[in-house]
Amino acid sequence: MNRQIQTDRNKANQETEGRPSRPSVVARNKQNQLAKRTFFIITLLPMILISAITLVLAVRSWPILSTYSFKDLFLGSTWRPDHGLFGFWPYITGTFWVTIVGILLSVPPCLLSALYLSEYSRSFTRSIAKPILDLLAAIPPVVYGVWGLLAIVPLVEDVLAPFSKRWLNFISIFKVNQPTGFSIIAGGIVLAVMIAPLIISVVYEILRTVPDDLRHASLAVGATKWQTIRQIVIPRVVPGMVAAVVLAASRALGETMAVLMVVGNVAQVPKSIFDAGYPLPALIANNYGDMMSIPLYDAALLCAALILLIVILIFNILSTLVLQRMLGKNWA
Amino acid sequence: MMKKRWQRRHIVEAFVKGLMLVSFLVVAGCLGAILWTILVQGLPALTWAMVTQVPQGGFYLGKGGGVLNAILGSLYLAGGGTLLALIFSLPIALYLETYLGDSDWGRYVRLSLDVLWGIPTIVYGVFGFIIMLAIGLRASLLAGIVVLSLIELPIMVRAMDEVIRRMPVDLEQAALALGSTKLEVAVRVTTRQMLPGIITAVLLAFGRGIGDAASVLFTAGYTDRIPTSLMQPTASLPLAVFFQLGTPYPVVQQRGYASALILTIIVLIISISSRWISANLNKYTVK
Repeated sequence: MNRQIQTDRNKANQETEGRPSRPSVVARNKQNQLAKRTFFIITLLPMILISAITLVLAVRSWPILSTYSFKDLFLGSTWRPDHGLFGFWPYITGTFWVTIVGILLSVPPCLLSALYLSEYSRSFTRSIAKPILDLLAAIPPVVYGVWGLLAIVPLVEDVLAPFSKRWLNFISIFKVNQPTGFSIIAGGIVLAVMIAPLIISVVYEILRTVPDDLRHASLAVGATKWQTIRQIVIPRVVPGMVAAVVLAASRALGETMAVLMVVGNVAQVPKSIFDAGYPLPALIANNYGDMMSIPLYDAALLCAALILLIVILIFNILSTLVLQRMLGKNWA
Repeated sequence: MMKKRWQRRHIVEAFVKGLMLVSFLVVAGCLGAILWTILVQGLPALTWAMVTQVPQGGFYLGKGGGVLNAILGSLYLAGGGTLLALIFSLPIALYLETYLGDSDWGRYVRLSLDVLWGIPTIVYGVFGFIIMLAIGLRASLLAGIVVLSLIELPIMVRAMDEVIRRMPVDLEQAALALGSTKLEVAVRVTTRQMLPGIITAVLLAFGRGIGDAASVLFTAGYTDRIPTSLMQPTASLPLAVFFQLGTPYPVVQQRGYASALILTIIVLIISISSRWISANLNKYTVK
């Protein structure tokens, strides 16, 4: 009996000896305070980074912004760096054409898909849809580019362009002016697929914020599901849907590789969706890094990056603020 | 029993429902189309030599070799970038949840992260290049890793934030009631409880990092050798695809498709394993 107690005590001793000694409460609180301060400083990092990027681009593109007038720079349509002509207009229009075509193609099916997933589908369908959207979002831009090159460019060249030439040639934005499929529309289609997972998942999240009671009340008085959606659900989520589309537009504006590979990269102001275009990100990717000998070229390309950044920052901040408000705790 | 009268609204209902189903199938079909195209075009050129050899002389003219340099380069770049991003994003995510919660400052931090996420990767690439020039660094593995970590940071933090938010409050309060400091709760309770979610976030960021081309275009350079130090330039898979497609030789372009297939397979493996982890490791956590 006694020996038993003895061995138990020994065991207990061994166990406490094996442990490191416990730090005092004071030391632990000090540690906590130190961690809090360090974490706080690290948390400032994102904001510092945003300001640093904007500031550096602004400073480095200042030489060209101060040499040329606003009109020459942004509305000029001749880009001849070796002659000192830096007109961004073809690139700005190219960017916006591709983005707008992408958004227009993407939004209707994406809104309908999000509505379907949120209002109609069973949980089984949703459990299939989630991996599909995750995979679409995970595919790298360059793979989208390869797909565009192999599937979409030939599609435009062999199917859409001849169709448009036959039936829609009298409408100027559908006019076919060049023989290849490398065009605004090809870039737009690729972009539309790339931004689809973002639009669908954000709109789906917003639709889930509408309380089910409202739906049930509407259905109980005899409305069909579509009537409920159109008259009860959609009016509550319009701002969020707009924000989702603006967010997607900001992603589309900055997309580089995938668009670069299919859009043709001809510095002209596009007149039709079958024309080739040359968006700003493609301009930067193709020329930055080997322009050192021409004066102001470097500043001009950084100015292109600055334009892109500022437009995207505005789009992004506005849409995120709306979404933060609508999604409440789920989002931020 | 009253027979249901078919009114206009019922026809509209059926029509709209059909339209929704069709648009969902179109979106899903695009994924199928992408994977199918890459598989069909990439598979014929995908040989053992492609994944085990570095490019030999005249590789870009159609001679022998493979893209091992790009595969390893991409893994180094994304691996290093993810590690560096993890060092900063775990504290931010824990700080957001444990110390800030839903305060105003927390909202600003989250807003700044979302904005950072939205900045196009080409802008990061250009910014990285300017900084490199300013401090006298050449295009190298190190520069590529740093720029990729900046891109991965917001993705990782927001994904972690999303899971850490689902942390059961009871668990946190139980630990606090026993006298833990907030730091101890964050490190010993939250991190362990949310480990599956954190791993998922890390894999998500890794997947983004490995697929991005625009950011490493200026910062990591391109070379046919496998880098042996942080200061050497390195190849990457997205750029390998891009450069091979840029050549006029069909044989080389074929290998570009095969490289795209390799990249797609890596990304699919990451995506599927993160799904598997979040589904299967949850049994070790407190519900």
